[in-house]
Parts: sequence; C-alpha cells; structure tokens
Amino acid sequence: MKRGFPILAIVTALLLSFGLYEALIGAPTERTMGDVQRIFYYHVPSAWTAFLLFLINFAASVTYLIRRNAKADMLALVSAEVGVVFCTVVIVTGPIWARPVWGIWWAPGDIRLTTTLVLWLIYISYLVLRRFSTSGQTAVIAAVVAIFGALDVPLVYFSIWFFRTQHPSPVIGDGGSLDPRMWHVLLINWVAFLCLAWLVCWTRYQLEVAARQVEEAQALQSLHEVSR
Amino acid sequence: MSYLYAAYIATWMIHGTYLAILARKYSRIRREMESLKKGVSG
Repeated sequence: MKRGFPILAIVTALLLSFGLYEALIGAPTERTMGDVQRIFYYHVPSAWTAFLLFLINFAASVTYLIRRNAKADMLALVSAEVGVVFCTVVIVTGPIWARPVWGIWWAPGDIRLTTTLVLWLIYISYLVLRRFSTSGQTAVIAAVVAIFGALDVPLVYFSIWFFRTQHPSPVIGDGGSLDPRMWHVLLINWVAFLCLAWLVCWTRYQLEVAARQVEEAQALQSLHEVSR
Repeated sequence: MSYLYAAYIATWMIHGTYLAILARKYSRIRREMESLKKGVSG
C-alpha cells in the first residue's frame, strides 16, 4: 500500500475534481428544486460512505470481542473516526438543503433525521470514550458500544421505506426514479469519496500503529528508569 | 445558489479540519519518537 499510496492519492484527487465539476456543472438541473438539489451529490455519497465505515467498525468490533486482536481494535477506531467525519458532512449538508426546499432547517420528530442524529451522537460518544477512558477495558467497552451503534445503521437506512417521513424517497430500489445522468454523477462522487475514505483510513491506521508503538516504548523507558 | 456553495464549502471545511487534526497528531508522534531516540542514545 505504501507504494500505491501516491497513485491512489492522485486518482482520488482527479476523481474528486471530476466529481465536483460534474455535480456543479455537468449534471442536469432538477426541475422543481433547481440548483440546490446538487447538494444531493455530496450528501448521499457521504451518507453511504459513513454507513459503510460504521459497518466496518461493527465487524472489527465483533472480531475484537471474539479474538482480542489489536489490529481489529485499531480498525474499529479508525473506521469510527472517519465514519463520524462523513456523518458530520451528512448532518451539516442536510439542513443546508432543507432550508430552501422545506423552508425549515430541521424537521423535529422526522424519523430519518432523528435516527441519523442519534447515530452521529452514538459514534461521537464512542470516540469520546476511546479518547478519555483510562480503564484497561476501554477497547472492550468501546466494542460493545459500537455494536449498539451499528444497530442504528439499518434503522437509518430503511426508515424512509417503512415510515412516513419528510425526507425524500429512496433513490435506489423500488422507490428510485433518478435520471440516469444524475445517477452517473452520484456514482462518480461516491467512488471518489470511497477512495478518499480509504486513503484517510490508511493514514489514520498508520498513525495509530505509530502512536501505540511510542506509548509502549515510553512505558518501557520509564520502567527502565525506575529499575536503574 | 448560496445554499449550494455553503454545502460544498462546509463539506470541504469538515474534511480539511479532520486532515489538519491528523497532521497535528503526526507531528506530535514524530516529536515523541525523536525524544525517545534521544533518550536511548543519550
């Protein structure tokens, strides 16, 4: 991966630039909403990327609980952190779209909006726990929290299928009726965001490995100083 | 149009902030590694 990193970084930059151009200029203008609909090309791929990262976090947390594998624990931490970044994009861009379209920033009580906010809060709590807990059992407690957090992901995703909500209908599956040119732009941006997520996760994972090595070395050094 | 630009700028500000946090973390770890190396050689 170390050798492929610059290539993937260049590919990601090109994809993001192309995705941005297509989203702002290339994609057709939606008839009822106008240009503000173009927020969709960042909002939806960010949500899909966040869901995917939270599912990786779930799988890594389960693996950690079964095998007590440090790599799984690090993967869980990294995927949750990057997932929260993408979920923050969703939480911020949603209301910016809603204000001109619905006339309100937020629809209180709407199941899709509420479950997404709860999801974001669960993973923020997860990261706070990991950052500030000094217990030796932090990784185990965090893994359990992550499993509960992941239960919210399908609830967020399927809420627009099963409940009456102000949020727009699904763009894929039975309810989807998206223009093929819009689909094309949506997919380009999703691929670009997936590449970005992969790059950031890989960098963050390497940082976590280095941080743990430094921590161990510092502990050994202080033990050595005490024994002298 | 201003809402559209606000959403795109906000997205890149969020990603930029996170990357800045990672860069700070990287320089902190590097500093700690150097001080450990000094401790070992000194």
